[in-house]
Amino acid sequence: MSEQNQYSIMRDVVLFTGLAMLVAFIFLSQGTVYSLRMMVEAGCYAIIALGLTIQWGYAGLFNVGVMGFIAAGAASSMLISFPQNPEFWNSAGPALVGIFIVKLIACGVALWAASKSPRWGVGPILRALLIVVAIAISYVVLSEHMDEMSKEIEQASGWIGGLGLPVIVGWLVAGVVAGVIAWFVGKICLGLRSDYLAIATLGIAQIIKHFLKNADWLTRGTLTVSPLPWPVQTPADGEFIMARASYLTVVAIAMVIIYLLLQRAYHAPWGRMMRAIRDNETAAASMGKDVNRRRLEIFVLGCVLMGFGGAILIHFASIYDPSGFIDLNHTFLVWVMVILGGSGNNRGAIFGAVFVYIVWVMSEPLALWLFSLIGTYGQAWTGWEPPSDLASRALQMRVFVIGLTITLVLRFAPQGVLPEQQARH
Amino acid sequence: MNEIVFFINKGITSGLIIGSIYALGAIGVTLIFGILRFAHFAHGDMMTLGAFVTLILTAALASLGIVLPLPLAFIAMFPAMAITACLAIGLDRVFYKPLRQAGARPVVLVMASVGVTLMLQGLIRLFAGVRSRDMFIEAPKEIFRIPFPGASRPLIITEPQVLLIVFTFVAVIVLHWFLTRSRLGKAMRAVSDNPELARITGINTNHVVWATWIIGGALACAAGTLLSMDVTLKPDLSFNILLPIFAATIVGGIGQPYGAIAGGFLVGFSETLAVFNWAILLRPIKDHLWFEVPANLALVPTQYKLMVPFLILIIVLIYRPTGIFKGRVL
Repeated sequence: MSEQNQYSIMRDVVLFTGLAMLVAFIFLSQGTVYSLRMMVEAGCYAIIALGLTIQWGYAGLFNVGVMGFIAAGAASSMLISFPQNPEFWNSAGPALVGIFIVKLIACGVALWAASKSPRWGVGPILRALLIVVAIAISYVVLSEHMDEMSKEIEQASGWIGGLGLPVIVGWLVAGVVAGVIAWFVGKICLGLRSDYLAIATLGIAQIIKHFLKNADWLTRGTLTVSPLPWPVQTPADGEFIMARASYLTVVAIAMVIIYLLLQRAYHAPWGRMMRAIRDNETAAASMGKDVNRRRLEIFVLGCVLMGFGGAILIHFASIYDPSGFIDLNHTFLVWVMVILGGSGNNRGAIFGAVFVYIVWVMSEPLALWLFSLIGTYGQAWTGWEPPSDLASRALQMRVFVIGLTITLVLRFAPQGVLPEQQARH
Repeated sequence: MNEIVFFINKGITSGLIIGSIYALGAIGVTLIFGILRFAHFAHGDMMTLGAFVTLILTAALASLGIVLPLPLAFIAMFPAMAITACLAIGLDRVFYKPLRQAGARPVVLVMASVGVTLMLQGLIRLFAGVRSRDMFIEAPKEIFRIPFPGASRPLIITEPQVLLIVFTFVAVIVLHWFLTRSRLGKAMRAVSDNPELARITGINTNHVVWATWIIGGALACAAGTLLSMDVTLKPDLSFNILLPIFAATIVGGIGQPYGAIAGGFLVGFSETLAVFNWAILLRPIKDHLWFEVPANLALVPTQYKLMVPFLILIIVLIYRPTGIFKGRVL
């Protein structure tokens, strides 16, 4: 065991030293302001990747809806922490929203009562009928109210504005909202095979994005919201380095706390149980472990981290734009970070996040440069006329490379560069 | 009567069209799911790939000055189907087969297919750009206007729509014949039902895998081509069409080609009828109604069309995970 351990510690040391050298090189060559931005974003991605690595590495759950949870987290954090919109609070809007919430709760209770009706001696057919009726009535009531409310609010005040609470509260709520959505998705899909979870998360991510893009009354839709508040001094005063460095400190503290807690959980009985379920579900179930419940736990926990990390990421960009949530940047990039870094290894996720993000950011100018080179020389040597949208096509090269990396890593290095270290007793 | 014509044009015809597309896609997904046991996420981009192969062949035919009674794209689709089928086998050979042989878990194959879909997406957009293209290079598409008795407006159906419906019908019959009569088709059903038993009885699994990819790839190419003939060829199809196709597959029951067809039409019709404005049908009888007919009476606003397949998927997963045709729950 000790030999195995020493080897992997060496590997950790080598890889992280290399990463530190890469970061130092970036700082020297690209300037502090730019590099600080990159490091903050990489740190946010590291938090998101930690969320994904516990889902995939600890429990083997395949979540392709990371983007949806990031978007949900970012939107809720924006709503909590953005300054209040006085026009909204002086109009009939708050009353309408209040009534909507009351109706929502009433519908939820009715639905719950209908689904639990066998307790009061209702037969299965009547129960199904009750559920259908409850859903139909709730849908009509809620959608009618929603139409009216959104029209009213958009006319009176544009949108509902934020609550003006501290940013940290917003981030925590972001995690909670993402977790609640994950609970519903997980409750439905986790009893079935993992493919279903993949399909459902893919769907929920698209739907969250569509909703946020179209809900003008709630989030201003595609009009975007800015500037989002920061928990530290914003760079508005011109102190870019100071502001970004303090933001980086906040992100780093959050990341370290999350990392330590996850490490603790991994080595605790809870983590051992998770790995037991992942490695042999039947055996774990026969030992009396409630497989679906544990999976739901870890799925929700992972999505909480994604919502939290996503909120930090979007707050740093300081602009909330629902069209900016892209599957490629917010789902598949995170996947590459996790599987390249080593699934089931939290240090691997952090390493993967920082390394892949740096490569990702650097690849944009590289791809553009490469393709303009191809364009120029192609034209000079062979008379080939390069298409006018060469720049936008060049960026598609990165999509290809992301896909290629996923397939190559899966085939040749399924453990990643920092494999999971399983303690053997 | 004009209202009924409007309903047929906007509700029935478009439901039939989009349902056929979903059905063609879902047959491939369900066969791959049943025989190779993983959700093939690259199917949407395989459709786009097939459509692009057709576009290239059509352009080649058009530059030769060939004129045919049918649209050139439809003729070019058949060689394109063969090419896409070969490409599908190639993708399997390079990306999925090594993983299968290494005994990877099914979810790893799902991830590999996500990687493949990104690669295809990147390549297609790299070589073809991101703008949408018209499949009708040589001539504009023909539109049939059929007069409807008692109405001032005609029923409208376009040439590619007729071709799509006819093609789907023929494809379903041929597939049925293949699966129930031919040796290989029976072998495919056997592997889908019980792979261990099928292997013991001496069925060549390799041939079955090939047949799966040939059918899946060819039908994906057909679906992509016919869809882009009906509207335009857009390179960003993939994830938007994936969800309805998976919904159709699961509704129909995994590993059940007939279920996939039924599921495709179910999802297609639910989608179009959910966004259809029912107020139009009520307007002629509004004097006899006790309530005022609102201007818009669609069940789901058009921008939330994607909700419909997702809700169908959720309802099926909760109440009948086997699907209507009693497929497998993997």
